[in-house]
Amino acid sequence: MKKYTFTDKKDTRSGFGAGIAELGRSNPKVIALCADLVASLKLDTFIKENPERFIQVGIAEANMIGVSAGLALSGYIPYATTFANFGSGRVYDQIRQSVAYSGTNVKICVSHAGLTLGEDGATHQILEDLAMMRAMPEMTVINPCDYNQTKAATIAIADYNGPVYLRFGRPVMPIFTADDQKFEIGKAWTVNEGKDVSIFATGHLVWEAILAGEILEQEGIDAEIINIHTIKPLDNEAILKSASKTRCVVTAEEHQLNGGLGDAVCQLLSRNMPTPVEMIGVNNSFGESGTPAQLMEKYGLNAKSIVESVRKVIARK
Amino acid sequence: MDSKSLALQVRMKVLEMVHHANASHVGGAFSMADILAVLYNEVLTIDPQHPGDPHRDRFFLSKGHACSALYATLGLQGFFPLEQLDTYAMDGSMFLSHTSHKIPGVEISSGSLGHVLSIATGVAFAAKLKKTTFKVVCLVSDGELNEGSNWEPIMLAPQHKLDNLVLIIDYNKIQSLGFVKDVIDLEPLRAKFESFRWEVVEIDGHNHEEITDTVTTVSNNKNGIPKVIIAHTIKGKGVDYMENTILWHYRSPNIDLYNNALKQLGTT
Repeated sequence: MKKYTFTDKKDTRSGFGAGIAELGRSNPKVIALCADLVASLKLDTFIKENPERFIQVGIAEANMIGVSAGLALSGYIPYATTFANFGSGRVYDQIRQSVAYSGTNVKICVSHAGLTLGEDGATHQILEDLAMMRAMPEMTVINPCDYNQTKAATIAIADYNGPVYLRFGRPVMPIFTADDQKFEIGKAWTVNEGKDVSIFATGHLVWEAILAGEILEQEGIDAEIINIHTIKPLDNEAILKSASKTRCVVTAEEHQLNGGLGDAVCQLLSRNMPTPVEMIGVNNSFGESGTPAQLMEKYGLNAKSIVESVRKVIARK
Repeated sequence: MDSKSLALQVRMKVLEMVHHANASHVGGAFSMADILAVLYNEVLTIDPQHPGDPHRDRFFLSKGHACSALYATLGLQGFFPLEQLDTYAMDGSMFLSHTSHKIPGVEISSGSLGHVLSIATGVAFAAKLKKTTFKVVCLVSDGELNEGSNWEPIMLAPQHKLDNLVLIIDYNKIQSLGFVKDVIDLEPLRAKFESFRWEVVEIDGHNHEEITDTVTTVSNNKNGIPKVIIAHTIKGKGVDYMENTILWHYRSPNIDLYNNALKQLGTT
C-alpha cells in the first residue's frame, strides 16, 4: 500500500475559494455569482480583487442560474455558487432548460454537500444531487476529494466549454493530493495499485478508502484504490481495466445509493463485464443533525464499512 | 415591407403552421404578432445574415409556447428559408413547438415559463460590464407572471441599475385555462412594478406607432432604471372567433375555420 500522509487539513470549499481567486487573476472572463452565501463559499478574495466581476443575486437561486446563462451567452464564464441543495434540486428546471439544453457555459459550484455538513441536518444535507445531475444530458459532474484537488478542478473547468456541476463540502479533511496537480476532467486517478479488490471512491470517501486500504493490507488484502472525481463522464476505461484485474468492486460515495457513483459503475460493469459489487452510500433515507464523524459512522460511510464491504465482495468472487 | 404588412404576414404564416401541424397556442401568437413585427421591422438591429453578431440587439421570448409567431417573423425577415416552416412541429423538424435556440435568430430555448427574464437580466448585466449599447428586450406573457421566478429578476434589475433592460408584457388577459383575473389577478400591475422600482409605460400592444415610439424611447433613456412596457393586447387578435376566448389558447383550426380565418385576415 502506497503511503499517504498529510501535514494539514482544510475544507474542500476553501480549495474552491483558492481556485476561483486564482482564476480572478488569470481569466478576465470569469464572473462569480452567489446567492447570499459569500463567506460560506469562500469568495472573499475573489470579490475583494474583482468587485466588478461579482454579482450578489440575493437568496434567489433560480435567478442566479438564469442570470448565469445570460452571462454565458455574452461570452463570460459564470461560476454560480450556493449550497449543493439549492444549486441542484431547487433549480433543476432552470439548469435543465437554460443551461444544459441551451448549452450555456455555466459552472454550478456548490458547497455543503452530503452528510458531512453535520449539524444543519436533513433539510440541507443533499444526498441526491449527483443522481439528478448525472441524469441531465450534457452535464459534467465533478466531486473532488480534498482541498488541492478541488482547487485544481475549479481552475480546470474554466478551460472546458460546457455546463459543469462541481460539488464540494464544509468539513476540514486531510490534504493528501499534490498541490501542483493538473486536473483532467473525466480521468480517474489511481491512488493505489492492487490486485485483490477495486475500491472506486469519490469526494470525502477517498480518504476513508485510503484508511481502509491500510487496514486491509494488514489482513493481507491488496486493494486497488481509484479516485473517481468525475462522475460524468465516467472513466470507463480505468474502471473496466481495474475490475478485469481484481474481479470484484466496492464503490464509496457520500450520496444516496440510488443514482450516484455506485449506480454508474454498476451500469458500466453489468453491460460490459458483470462483476460482484458492494456499494457504500446512504440507503434511501434523509440525513439528520450530528457531527460529521458521528453521521458518517451512523450511516456507514467510513473506512470501517469499506473494509467490511471488501471482505463481503471478495467472498462473492 | 412595413411593420403592418409584416404583422399580417406573420399571422397568416402562423395560421398555416398551426393548422398544418394541428398545433396549439395560436391565440398567444396572435396577441404578440404586432409587437414582434414592430420589434423586428422598426426597432431592433439584427442582421439576418449574421444572427450571432456580438453587437446585435437582443430579443428574448419567454412565452415559448407561442413561438410560431417568432419563427414566422424570423422566417419572413430572412433568418432562414421560409419554406422550412412547413416542417413546424413535425417529426425531425428543428422547429419544435416551444422555442428552440437551435434556430437562427433565436437567442435561447424557452417553454418552461419564468426562466427567460433572468437570462435577459444576465445579458443586460454583461452589456453594462462590456460597455456595449445594444438593446435587450424580453417578452413575457401575463399568466407567466404567476411564476415566482420572474419576480427574482424583477427585484434584482433595479439593484444593479439595469436601464438597458426592457421587459414587455403581452397582457392579453387570458392564460392557459382561464382569465387572468380569475386565476390570479395581476392588478394593480402597474403599481406592482413601480413598487419594485421599475419605470412603467402602458400601451396598446396592437398600435404600431405606439410600440415603436415607446420601445425606442425607453431603450434610449439611460436613467439607471429598468423599463417595463405593459402592452394591452387581445388574445387571438385578428380573427373574430378567436378573439378574447379561452378556447383558442390551445385549439388548432380545422380546414373550414382555417379558411374563414384566412379570409378575415386578408380583408383587414
